[in-house]
Amino acid sequence: MPISTPPLSHRNADVAFSADDLVYRYGERTALESLTFSVPAGATFGLLGPNGSGKTTLFRIISTLLRPDEGTARVLGRDCASQPNEVRRLLGVIFQQPALDAELSITENLRVHAALVGIARDEADGRIHAILDQFDLVSRAHERVKTLSGGLARRADLARGFLHRPKLLLLDEPTTGLDPVARRDLWDALDRLQRLEGTTLLVATHLMDEAERCDEVVILDRGRAVAQGSPVSLRAALGTEALWLESEAPEALTNLLVDRLGLSARTFGRRVLIEHEDPAAVLGRIYDAAGDHIVSATVRRPTLEDVFVTRTGQAAAFSFADS
Amino acid sequence: MLRVVRALWQREILKFLRDRARVVGALVQPLAFWVLLGLGFYDSFQMPGGSDVSYLEYLFPGIVALILLFTAIFSTIYIVEERQTGLLQAALVAPVSRLSLVLGNLAGGVTLALVEALLFLLLAPLVGLTPSFVGLLVIVLAAVSMATAFTALGFTIAWRLDTTRGFHAIMNLVLLPMWILSGAFFPAEGVPLAVRWVMYVNPAFYGVAALRDGLYLPEAAPSAAGLPTALALGLSVAFAAAMVGLAVWTVQRRSTVAA
Repeated sequence: MPISTPPLSHRNADVAFSADDLVYRYGERTALESLTFSVPAGATFGLLGPNGSGKTTLFRIISTLLRPDEGTARVLGRDCASQPNEVRRLLGVIFQQPALDAELSITENLRVHAALVGIARDEADGRIHAILDQFDLVSRAHERVKTLSGGLARRADLARGFLHRPKLLLLDEPTTGLDPVARRDLWDALDRLQRLEGTTLLVATHLMDEAERCDEVVILDRGRAVAQGSPVSLRAALGTEALWLESEAPEALTNLLVDRLGLSARTFGRRVLIEHEDPAAVLGRIYDAAGDHIVSATVRRPTLEDVFVTRTGQAAAFSFADS
Repeated sequence: MLRVVRALWQREILKFLRDRARVVGALVQPLAFWVLLGLGFYDSFQMPGGSDVSYLEYLFPGIVALILLFTAIFSTIYIVEERQTGLLQAALVAPVSRLSLVLGNLAGGVTLALVEALLFLLLAPLVGLTPSFVGLLVIVLAAVSMATAFTALGFTIAWRLDTTRGFHAIMNLVLLPMWILSGAFFPAEGVPLAVRWVMYVNPAFYGVAALRDGLYLPEAAPSAAGLPTALALGLSVAFAAAMVGLAVWTVQRRSTVAA
């Protein structure tokens, strides 16, 4: 059933990031369990998973702030644990909260950051102006960050992340707390910059619509990669349409459908998935046989959420609710 | 590395100057302390040994120490806040040495503490104290060592904490007793032996002794605890060096960010 892109070789120059059997434990709790995947250079790559699936831990390892207990993480071939300084030079990171000083203006913030990332002083102001221009922030350059809206502050933070032209930009749920318009603006700005600079974007998210924008996603569940591939191919693995039933007694319903109607049905939490070439056609038969057990029935094209649910066996831990 | 230190230093100064409450508070609060305590104990204070020193005069170097300690330490409280925004992580992910992060923060805190302490020192003639050139050198050196020591100490503590509330609690538990038992508030000669020994092991004691000596040089200061100025100064500088070492060690060992 799984259709996933095979991991590329680590020696391949076209790999921006690779995780190889990564293990990380917080005491007794295992946050990452032999996590293996790779990110092609130039891609927008999604890291999809609910809270606690290991996204943040992985980001800390890539950012050289944590050392993995086992396995290796490489950014363009450089080992995050043993070559942290080289990795840091290639890396830009956008955190959940903007890394900007509220009391300083956008320009002042970017100047400090330019010093931190080692941009020569005589180049810094030109570079800052160029990036602010690309993010449409020139007119706000001298406003203090505390006076900016959440969306603008986030855009200024993106400018900070792009300032030193990183090869790999990590984005940790970058649209948290933004309204839909600001969210779209942010993605538009990201797309523009990526086209211009060829930056590889690695985006951690629990939002399905953001994952859908990615060229490729890896789905994380409790520190493991349960699926990797393009959103289209992952959804295609579930067929063109799927029938979902919601039920008070999902186990009983599943047994009934399998035993009496000979259908292929699986239980996920309160929901039952029926895989069939023409779901609408069997719906009548299902209601005749088991209508009492059914709260609702939905026929729809598979979503990434369905992919997550079927791959992990978990009821959806996240939803479209806030997208 | 100098570039990074300079950038972080500039940021500290800018932030301080823009926070009007902090600018005013930093100057007014010690002044109020000095006047209120100085006048409050005006008639009840008596130097051990009977020398004729008013409490306003006795307290003066103590207030300088107060300014140094508190300005220095509270300049590092931002580290705790920066941990909650992405600011601290962004600095940690940058390709710069941990040492330059420490030095940048130190430079900022020390500058602020020093400028404020020197501003307050302009009031010394009010209590009849006009330091000599050598005295001024001693004062500046003592002030730099204390500011450095306490910025570094604040940095070390802030690095390990997640909330500013925790920071305040620790400061009240550590900083206030250190100040009170530094000889800033009352001379060591007049207290029970046990307390006197606690004062002697308090590193701030030597900074205050050097500050006091500097105000009177070349004459002997009242209550110099019989300590040569050079020794007091040396111990204060040694404490500063130890605290800087501790800060650097902490950052290098614990460069990860608490979950």
